Amino acid sequence: MSDGPDLEALFSLMVRMRAFEESLASLWRRGLVSGEMHLGVGEEGVVAGVLDHLTDRDGLALDYRPTPALLAHGVSPGSIVLEVLGHHDGLNSGHGGHMHLFSPELLATSTGIVGSTAPLACGLALAARRLRPGSIAVGFFGDGAVNQGMVMEAWNLACVWQLPVVFVCKDNQWAATTRTDRLTAGSIAGRARSFGLNTRVADGTDVEAVWRAAKPLVDDARIGEPGILIARCRRPSGHMLDDTLSRTVRNPADLLRMTRESMTDQPGLSAVRHMAGLTGTIAKAIGDRWLPHRDPLRTAARRLGDRAEALERAARAGLQRDVDGALARAGVAS
Amino acid sequence: MTGPDITTAIDRAIAQAMSADERILVIGEDVPALRRTLLTRFGPDRVIEAPISESAFLGAGVGAALGGLRPIVEIMFIDFLSVALHQLVNEAAMIGPLSNGRWPVPMMIRAACGGGYGDAGQHEQALWGMLAGVPGLTVVAPSTPLDAAGLTLSLLAHDGPSILLEHKLLSEMWMTELAGTHREGVEFDVPETPPEIWPASLQPVPIGEAIVRRERGEVAIFSLAVGVHRAMQAACELEQRGTECTVIDLRTVSPLDVATVCDVAGRCEAVMVVDEDYGPFGLSGEIAAVLAEAGIHRPFARVAATGVIPYAVDLEREVLPSVPRIVAAVERLVGVD
Repeated sequence: MSDGPDLEALFSLMVRMRAFEESLASLWRRGLVSGEMHLGVGEEGVVAGVLDHLTDRDGLALDYRPTPALLAHGVSPGSIVLEVLGHHDGLNSGHGGHMHLFSPELLATSTGIVGSTAPLACGLALAARRLRPGSIAVGFFGDGAVNQGMVMEAWNLACVWQLPVVFVCKDNQWAATTRTDRLTAGSIAGRARSFGLNTRVADGTDVEAVWRAAKPLVDDARIGEPGILIARCRRPSGHMLDDTLSRTVRNPADLLRMTRESMTDQPGLSAVRHMAGLTGTIAKAIGDRWLPHRDPLRTAARRLGDRAEALERAARAGLQRDVDGALARAGVAS
Repeated sequence: MTGPDITTAIDRAIAQAMSADERILVIGEDVPALRRTLLTRFGPDRVIEAPISESAFLGAGVGAALGGLRPIVEIMFIDFLSVALHQLVNEAAMIGPLSNGRWPVPMMIRAACGGGYGDAGQHEQALWGMLAGVPGLTVVAPSTPLDAAGLTLSLLAHDGPSILLEHKLLSEMWMTELAGTHREGVEFDVPETPPEIWPASLQPVPIGEAIVRRERGEVAIFSLAVGVHRAMQAACELEQRGTECTVIDLRTVSPLDVATVCDVAGRCEAVMVVDEDYGPFGLSGEIAAVLAEAGIHRPFARVAATGVIPYAVDLEREVLPSVPRIVAAVERLVGVD
């Protein structure tokens, strides 16, 4: 591996991830996908910067936004499209859906439960140490997960068992629709360091910064020194598509209507005061959705200059071919 | 040769399996001390001590199974599983089905269960009914050391998640450790268990196969673990009082041996379930449902734990199934005053 990242390759990978999430969103909006839909838009820099250091012998414990990492690890986009369509030729024959995508061949598991990836990654790491020496496991979770007991238990386990594991905290400052800082004592990095984890903090919107921070963590994990990367990123698509906060941001009239309704039961001033606590939350949601800054794709594209456009076009076209192929197989119009 | 107690029997089966399969390892709290025979033989890389973090190490067991190992995860008492229930219900038991069977989770949970020695509610439950309600989970609760060893071998060869429940009243190790049975003046209602012929090499006992322990007709009593011994003793007393009972040891809770349940019940006049787990919404109701679905209509009764298990010896005996409770319930069932 060279000393620095191959930004062109990372950018192309991130474009593939973004284009794929956009395809999933489109299928969901067309009503072709049942249930909730959690997208990894905004996390591409974190995922690409970490996975570039992994091989297909390394295990992945992914959360309910597993698709960017699965693409980077080599799962075919078509098999995921067929899965979310509920097709029998999908990755898990339509049994799993987007939150439960499993690839045993690539040692990649995913889960719909916040924080569950941390213990799973420890177990994958234990198996890695015994069966595939030199390989590691990586467990992804968000910042909301750090208040799950099992995550802190897993950090302890990783340290006392000296597991070849890297935890990756995609810190988008949201715990579902709650601002994490309101309900998290101390800091994530402070907590992690107190367990003795190798702890690095990186700007998750800068794929090169993530790549550089992840490299020593992955290298150390391969010799049994567990670590954690905490990477700040953005979450423009909400916790899930059309969740309550996203709907409010898109349609502020709803909020006014709710306030007016509650005022019939509550004295006006008290209702306004109660609502005031939500103001910061809504303001942050608006910022995440509409402000164009801190997009990992834009950051990388700026650095690539003229080369970015052609790379993006090629990556999008390649991904679209895979998606279209799967849609055709399922008899769904593109 | 008379064999060891249930704990030693399971340890021996585990040792036999571990020496044949490098992928098997043991994870749990206090295992170096509790499983020192395994530790000395297989070393700390395969007999791994865990912190008191059931959620983390059970979850790690699932991850290890996904990664190609075949872990045995010890949850000291089945009551403690509640703090890690997510790992069992949502991960261990679901990854197989949600991946359409592509990614099995071969993990055996070993836990001590059962009451009757004064630890009360949070340490004495059976819980097998609740656990058997999780789809895809194999749950066994043997009544004899030989069955325990044989079922252990089968579970360790099974490509799915399973729970081996080891009743503490059948374990010298646990009774010494927890009830202090070495003290003078301490006495618990530990059942008499018949001697077993212990073979040189252990053989697997099939999962999901009940066994008839005594066949006399009239009333079929289904039970498992310590309940089997209580039922056998009750059957002897009932015989002297003029009622003949067949006693079936279910051995496996899930998958339930529906064929044997229906076959034996169909040949008897009345059906009774002796279940140390809670009565409502559990194994005893499941047996009634299975018989009803099969069109086998018999007078039915159950003797189960009546609620939270209290501490005092006399209160504990009232709540748990006992020989007098079984005798009285069978006589009510067949109309003997």
